[in-house]
Amino acid sequence: MMEEQTLKVQKIKNGIVIDHIPCGMALKVLKILNINGDIGSTVSLVMHVKSRMGCKDVVKIEDRFLEEREIDKIALIAPTATVNVIENYKVVSKHKVELPDEIVGIVRCMNPRCITNQREPVVPEFKVVSKNPVIIKCKYCEREMGVEDIIENIL
Amino acid sequence: MFKGRDIVSIKELSKEEMEIIFEVAREMLPIAKGERKSDLLDGKILATLFFEPSTRTRLSFESAMHRLGGSVIGFSNPSATSISKGETLADTVRVMDSYSDVIVIRHPYEGSARLAAEFAKNPVINAGDGAGQHPTQTLLDLFTIHQEFGEIEGLNVALIGDLKYGRTVHSLAYALSHLGANIYLVSPELLRMPSHIIRELREKPMETDKIEEVIGDVDVLYVTRIQKERFPDPTEYKKVAGSYRITPELLKKAKDRAIVMHPLPRVDEIEPDVDYTEHARYFQQAFNGVPVRMALLALVLGVV
Repeated sequence: MMEEQTLKVQKIKNGIVIDHIPCGMALKVLKILNINGDIGSTVSLVMHVKSRMGCKDVVKIEDRFLEEREIDKIALIAPTATVNVIENYKVVSKHKVELPDEIVGIVRCMNPRCITNQREPVVPEFKVVSKNPVIIKCKYCEREMGVEDIIENIL
Repeated sequence: MFKGRDIVSIKELSKEEMEIIFEVAREMLPIAKGERKSDLLDGKILATLFFEPSTRTRLSFESAMHRLGGSVIGFSNPSATSISKGETLADTVRVMDSYSDVIVIRHPYEGSARLAAEFAKNPVINAGDGAGQHPTQTLLDLFTIHQEFGEIEGLNVALIGDLKYGRTVHSLAYALSHLGANIYLVSPELLRMPSHIIRELREKPMETDKIEEVIGDVDVLYVTRIQKERFPDPTEYKKVAGSYRITPELLKKAKDRAIVMHPLPRVDEIEPDVDYTEHARYFQQAFNGVPVRMALLALVLGVV
């Protein structure tokens, strides 16, 4: 069943498959990875795939690999996702993204009056106060941000 | 427990720690009143970094430091300093830190006290950061209630007026609720306490827009100013502000021992005649800023 669903999209030779994205979040994953029309390689996206967990989205990107920082960004908006690295049609590594307890330097605070949004030599830092749904709290001004706010303020 | 510690947010202080602060503040009372001399902080320097105007907070910190034999440096008008040349807060703090033993900061941006604490080696005390925290105000409010009733747990406390924008009521509500008080929120619909503040309280408070509904039940009436600027229509402001005014007539319905508090400055939310009733505590409350700040300075500098 799973194989059949996944095969709705062609296998890729080299690149990444981001699987188990919460239903409906695939476009947002592409957005935070800064993948838009001019990427130059094939991107395939399946939304609302039936799975054991109910429903998921899958994204496949050819000839693209992810940095640690990008994986952390995915964890923020799709904490259930797994990232599979494909080489020569084979999965060479597979790991679940993990939402850390602290988020450093990948999101800016949404509060325009937060000191981190002024010209100060600090990196924005957040505490994860809830993992499901994701809610993070600024270490400086204590403002809380949900997924939509995070997407708008990704660095 | 306190030596070298930053006081940035009330949320970082446990009940036991607050009780220690109150105990030390009580010991400070005769010195705060000038009845006894002290050289507890002789040779120590407090730097006051006030990036925003303030009278009570700044002067009570200065009074506290002088009463304990220490000295004060600082500014209350940043336009006359290198900040107007574009210096970062981080740099200002590092320099002032090297000139002093403890820093008190008020700044218009939220989170600025946390940032200052990161860059300073010596303790930093937050005297208000934008719409954020103002822990020493909360401590002096709690101390005033504690002095009056001997405890906070089980008391009925009404927070009245502008509960939306008033930062003092946000941290006070949090602290009171975690110390076991029952909270009543009394405000016009437009100025209700934000839901994210209510979410952090231990129990859901009672909310109403009518003072009369709670006046007979509460031990403390904590009144705040309703600002004209919050209302698009000035006639609406007059109507609303009038219905939250504390008068001697209204207080006839209150418990005998009920007290009226206000962070000051007041405009006309408490009638001047209330000053002469048994209920008025706002000037006592303002004075309590001195012993509480003395206690904090002495504790973070490790001399008590």
